[in-house]
Amino acid sequence: MTPLATPFLPLEGNAPPTFGVGSFDSRPLFPSEAWLHGDTAHLAWTDIWVTNHILQAVIATILVIAFWLWVSHKMKIVPGKKQFVGEYLYDMLRNTVARDILGHDYKTYLPYIVSIFSFVLINNLFGQFFLFMFPTFSKIGFAWGLALLTWLLYNGAGIKKWGVLGYVKRMTVPAGVPVALLPLIIPLEILSNFIVRPITLGLRLFANLFAGHLVVLVFVLGGTYLMFVSEPIINKVAGGAAMILAFAIFALELLVAVLQAYIFTVLTAQYVSSAIAEEH
Amino acid sequence: MIPLEGTGPLGPLLPDHPSEFIVGIVLFFIILGVVWKKVVPTFEALYAARADAIRGGIERAEQAQAEAKAALEQYRAQLSTARDEASRIREDAKNAGAQIQAEMRTAATAESARIVQSGHAQVEAERAAARENLRRDVGGLATTLAEKIVGEALTDDAMSARTIDRFIADLDAAPQQA
Repeated sequence: MTPLATPFLPLEGNAPPTFGVGSFDSRPLFPSEAWLHGDTAHLAWTDIWVTNHILQAVIATILVIAFWLWVSHKMKIVPGKKQFVGEYLYDMLRNTVARDILGHDYKTYLPYIVSIFSFVLINNLFGQFFLFMFPTFSKIGFAWGLALLTWLLYNGAGIKKWGVLGYVKRMTVPAGVPVALLPLIIPLEILSNFIVRPITLGLRLFANLFAGHLVVLVFVLGGTYLMFVSEPIINKVAGGAAMILAFAIFALELLVAVLQAYIFTVLTAQYVSSAIAEEH
Repeated sequence: MIPLEGTGPLGPLLPDHPSEFIVGIVLFFIILGVVWKKVVPTFEALYAARADAIRGGIERAEQAQAEAKAALEQYRAQLSTARDEASRIREDAKNAGAQIQAEMRTAATAESARIVQSGHAQVEAERAAARENLRRDVGGLATTLAEKIVGEALTDDAMSARTIDRFIADLDAAPQQA
């Protein structure tokens, strides 16, 4: 069993397939000898930087940029079909997310909102897309990256508007709290606004897609094993049922993919809004 | 066999290698750059143009409405002027008619007065002529009668004297009756 085939060929031999963290490992596109022999000390840089998951993130980037350039090309006052689709998505982000949450300053943050939603959405949909069948953000490194950027964005926005001290005061001392409660409130607010927010942001995105993909693996690979490899007839029936249920799981994952992209975007806007809000 | 496994204490919660963390951030910045410099400005420019077009359309409609209103006002004013003029003309005509009527009445009255006057004068003249004739005739008749009476009864002095007296008395009375 070559490493290349590990996650995709559970049917070799008669052993039941195993799922786990290992199912999410990246594979280099051009594996070096060291990688093929499991020699982790002498890996080539391509083993780390040119992997299938990094490639699909790059493809997602190209798709996102191509989509937006395509729909914004030669725009007319009276939109055609192509422009209508583009405007529908753009308006959803612009009006429903950015303007409603951020108020009159929303245009400053609109590019970020549009970029993060489309990037996350495309990568999430890759979990259901036949070429990849793998949601990029179930690799937590990508999720942490975006969570860090959002953390920098909302803190940067707050500091730019209120200054460092003013911002920290606003974020740690809520208006109208009795002085006696401040020793309790301030640590909680620091924990909530500066530490928990980015962690939950990244973790939520990662965990939803990771778990979802794991469930898909269990249903599809497990169902296949039961149907075609294991002997008892009852197992074959159960395998067939699992395969049918896998469609429902896929539908659910499709919903999760869109929902998580939306939640990540809305929370980003929400955090920026709370950082620059006039009244805390 | 699987070298990049997340084997740290946090398991899958830490990336196998910072590569995906860094690549994710770089890729996002590439998207952000394109969206920031190209996509959002294009969309916003379009929305501004569209808002302008709509606002321009509204302004044009308002202008047309104002023009229509002005024209209506003008027509109303003209109509009112025409009505005034018609009424004035009618009034003038009425006045003129009344004047003409009055003039004609005056003229007719004068004419009738003149006709009556001339009638009176004629009647007067005829009467004067008739009286003249009558007086002359009566004088002749009286003479004739006197001759007859004188010729027949001059013998009776007393009676003829009475006859003459009576006759003269009648003559005196006659012109007063005529």
